[in-house]
Amino acid sequence: MTLNRRMFLGATAVASAALAAPMVLADGHGKPRVVVIGGGAGGATAARYIAKDSKGAVDVTLIEPTRTYYTCFFSNLYLGGFKQMSDLGHSYGGLAASGVNVVHDWAVGVDRDTKTVTLAGGAQIKYDKLILSPGIDFVDMSVPGWDITTQNAMPHAYKAGSQTELLKAQLMAMPEGGVFAMVAPPNPYRCPPGPYERISMVANYLKNNNPTAKIIVADPKPKFSKMALFQEGWANHYEGMVDWIGEDFGGGNVSVDASAMTVTIDGEETKVDVCNVIPAMKAGRIADIAGVTDGNWAPVNAANMSTNVDPDVYVLGDASQQGDMPKSGFSANSQAKVCANAVRGALTGSKVFPAKFSNTCWSLIAADDGVKVGATYEATPDKIAKVDGFISQTGESADVRKATYQESEGWYSGITADMLG
Amino acid sequence: MTRFSRFLSMGVAVLLGASATADEFGDPRAGAKVYSQCKGCHQVGAGATHRIGPHLNDLFGRAAAGMEDFKYSKSFQRAGASGLEWHAETLNAFLENPRSYASGTRMSFRGLKDETDRRNVIAYLRDFSDDPANIPEADPTATPTNHDIDPAILALQGDPEYGEYLSSECTTCHQASGGDDGIPSIVYWPEEDFVLAMHAYKNKQRQHPVMQMMAGRLSNEEIAALAAYFKNLDN
Repeated sequence: MTLNRRMFLGATAVASAALAAPMVLADGHGKPRVVVIGGGAGGATAARYIAKDSKGAVDVTLIEPTRTYYTCFFSNLYLGGFKQMSDLGHSYGGLAASGVNVVHDWAVGVDRDTKTVTLAGGAQIKYDKLILSPGIDFVDMSVPGWDITTQNAMPHAYKAGSQTELLKAQLMAMPEGGVFAMVAPPNPYRCPPGPYERISMVANYLKNNNPTAKIIVADPKPKFSKMALFQEGWANHYEGMVDWIGEDFGGGNVSVDASAMTVTIDGEETKVDVCNVIPAMKAGRIADIAGVTDGNWAPVNAANMSTNVDPDVYVLGDASQQGDMPKSGFSANSQAKVCANAVRGALTGSKVFPAKFSNTCWSLIAADDGVKVGATYEATPDKIAKVDGFISQTGESADVRKATYQESEGWYSGITADMLG
Repeated sequence: MTRFSRFLSMGVAVLLGASATADEFGDPRAGAKVYSQCKGCHQVGAGATHRIGPHLNDLFGRAAAGMEDFKYSKSFQRAGASGLEWHAETLNAFLENPRSYASGTRMSFRGLKDETDRRNVIAYLRDFSDDPANIPEADPTATPTNHDIDPAILALQGDPEYGEYLSSECTTCHQASGGDDGIPSIVYWPEEDFVLAMHAYKNKQRQHPVMQMMAGRLSNEEIAALAAYFKNLDN
């Protein structure tokens, strides 16, 4: 067990929790070191909980290139006009204050033999435990005609920030009676209800500003998350505006031409004004570089989120392949707490409690019309397995829907504080 | 009785020289019904004690955050320190929209939008503020909520360390700081109230799908552990 060696090595002079650039450490450093790559719902939560609960006994470094974190959750509400971009932005100041060494740089290399992470700036950081929470990247050519070089003509807006603002600007610039197209992603992908909440929010904007505009959705799936609830909502609030083309009608047979601004669905070409392409997804690139992926995702052990190939490397959130949990910020936050408890236990000998996971996804269909779906999960030898769940019902009263939306706002305050302090 | 109480209230208002006019006091009988929305957290009447919220005996003239044995939000501690006292006028403003009046209050209540309701409940509370020795026993105050729970469950001593770990599942939605917007605060609750509430969700007596699901898989010991942790959470 590493604990004794580290305790013996004791008080080597390592400036912990400093905001300065990380130093290259010799092997015999003072405290156990955790490096977290990615400052989203998984990584920020894990970093904060390990720092907070170990009370200084573990050195925690978070590597995150951006200085302002824009939540992907609620970014559709910005498209719909219910939130400002500034409502979605958060700094890492709270994490730094709680003792996390926050380093704004890109992680470009992971050497699992020497337990070293290399940053784009050239620095190398040693770790005892490495937690990867890199989110998603896109699968090249999963939508023929679209790749990352066409993302400005046809934004994905599936990582919140400038892409979200670009899509909103394009939406606002649509000609009267124009066409908004979405190419929806195949399973599995980040935020299962996300594309459909986005359709609702785009429809809400158009209803108020461009009511003769149309929305077409090409979807490779035969059904989707909260489908009955969304379809009921679209019929109630946006009658005749949304044309959803599922797998049965060729929604998966789609290609785009970013320079001509056309979408071809099952052989039929349509000229569109805005095209939101949400491609197939895979784990963020650093998971590949670290060599912990199998196919598009990184398989992990349900008990503590460690990877199958390296017990000292953990993967959280969207990038992980864990079983039944949807890829969501809530899931990543939940997984991070289980992981933090296990990592802290392994490094300091603190008590490790059994894994419990949960998730709830709220979606907004129209003003004060919120719906939700959620479940609890447990660790089994094979995977994270669903225990119990619930979903909003069709035909609920306006009061229930309004309370659900208000609850989602409460959750937003809760989770962002839980992640970032 | 109603007329008498109204008369009494008017007299008291005049005697106290309160800024509220006589018309601002309502009907305490009707106020008792309005108060049913408050009694889940606040006791009033003989034997009333602090629960999730402070007891409301002898409220009139009390400084905000004025009782030493209740753990108030920082927001109310500040308000009390800067001179806020409870009278008809201040209660009326607070009850209309608690969070707009004291943004950091842990009172998870949307407020009474109806002015008559506010006047009535204020009149009702006024009756418990006269001479403390003469506080009427009132139904259903000071009656604990739902005691169908096996006393052995209530007697369980929770492990706060386990509670801290389990609490991380709660703080995804319920803010550890006690902040409350759309989702209630759960910090500083007396253990018994916490345990009763969680079992009411677990047994599906309380209606909230997320909470029924979350509580549904917690063991009796886990609920006790959470209660032990949240009782003392300090930020």
